[in-house]
Amino acid sequence: MRIGFTTSLALIAAVAAAVAYSTAAPRAATERVVQLTASRFTYAPDKVTLKVGEPVVLELRTSDRKHGFKLPAFDVRADVEPDQVVQVRIVPDKVGTFSFACDQFCGSGHEEMDGTIVVTE
Amino acid sequence: MHGEIDRRDFLKLAGLGGVVFASGLGHMQPADAAQQDFFFVQLSDTHWGFKGPAANPEADHTLQKAVAAVNSLAKQPEFIVFTGDLTHTTDDDQERRRRMAQFREIVSELKVKTLRFMPGEHDASLDEGKAFQEFFGATHYSFDHKGVHFIAIDNVSDPQGAIGKAQLDWLRADLKQINQTQPIVVLTHRPLFDLQPDWDWATRDGKEAIDILMPYQNVTVFYGHIHQEHHQMTGHIAHHAAKSLIFPLPAPGSQPKRAPIPWDASQPFKGLGFRQIDAKANSTSYSLTEKPIA
Repeated sequence: MRIGFTTSLALIAAVAAAVAYSTAAPRAATERVVQLTASRFTYAPDKVTLKVGEPVVLELRTSDRKHGFKLPAFDVRADVEPDQVVQVRIVPDKVGTFSFACDQFCGSGHEEMDGTIVVTE
Repeated sequence: MHGEIDRRDFLKLAGLGGVVFASGLGHMQPADAAQQDFFFVQLSDTHWGFKGPAANPEADHTLQKAVAAVNSLAKQPEFIVFTGDLTHTTDDDQERRRRMAQFREIVSELKVKTLRFMPGEHDASLDEGKAFQEFFGATHYSFDHKGVHFIAIDNVSDPQGAIGKAQLDWLRADLKQINQTQPIVVLTHRPLFDLQPDWDWATRDGKEAIDILMPYQNVTVFYGHIHQEHHQMTGHIAHHAAKSLIFPLPAPGSQPKRAPIPWDASQPFKGLGFRQIDAKANSTSYSLTEKPIA
């Protein structure tokens, strides 16, 4: 898969967490990377467990068409385009279970396309 | 102010014989002198073509029941609005058109012939509204009726669930002709405010639309998408979601998944219905009456 780079995803300083989007930034060697693949109408995996305070890079891909990734609890949203990898950096600062979902209408089943981020101590 | 109005508080606002909602609570002004009494009906989220026996085993007949229920009203409305998701989505362009043709044929049985359609994401998001426009015309427009200015906003033809700059510019231009105290009714599909973003119950640039509307003192929004009655204020602007005519959905954030509420065989069509909206002359209030179909 070709890794494309877009400039439209901006660095976002969220109130609740440090969050950054990028398709270009190199990862630090110590950063944990979690890969998520979107496809109609699921994310794989659809449950991700993180630790509070631990920096993590979510690498988002799609295996079919354009999807969205929206994680409101950490003020994250990204477009996930075919043939691209989108990196989303977050440092969770709160414990709990937080929902994410596709916010790019992708067909019958779009409403079921979601998942959860579980942040533990 | 930005807050949900629960059913109890809403009913506190009720007048005798109906649920009365003051659409301009913070800015009560006399309505436009040209305003006259009338009522219209809102139907929403009919999802013609939906197949899912667990949610609605009567899906092939529910729209017809709704048409019959509206036709049975003792007094007929002056017009009917459909706030989106007329059809259930399909990847097949021909099937989409077949469903739209069937929908149009079924609603042609309504006694009232003035029908105003707007799309939902199921109708328009996969082809950016192309088929919808072939069958039902423009996806955003405005019209006036007895002193009330109606504006239909399309927040679904963009699959991101956005209105877009061009339409927001159109909205600004459309409103320039309006007196700031004139009653305005906005019709749309998705909530313009962030009702439940992790369930995609929001409009990406909805806040811009609300900001454009905010200087106008008597604005009320009627929308669909969430398949349940819901009432919320953003400042002095009231937002009223309508029930669906295919299956109800759970209250915002009340459970992990926004899955349809299962069909209750002991109470068929429970949670489905349509809405009658009465506008009174010399008033900024609307009387909302929720009607079952069975």
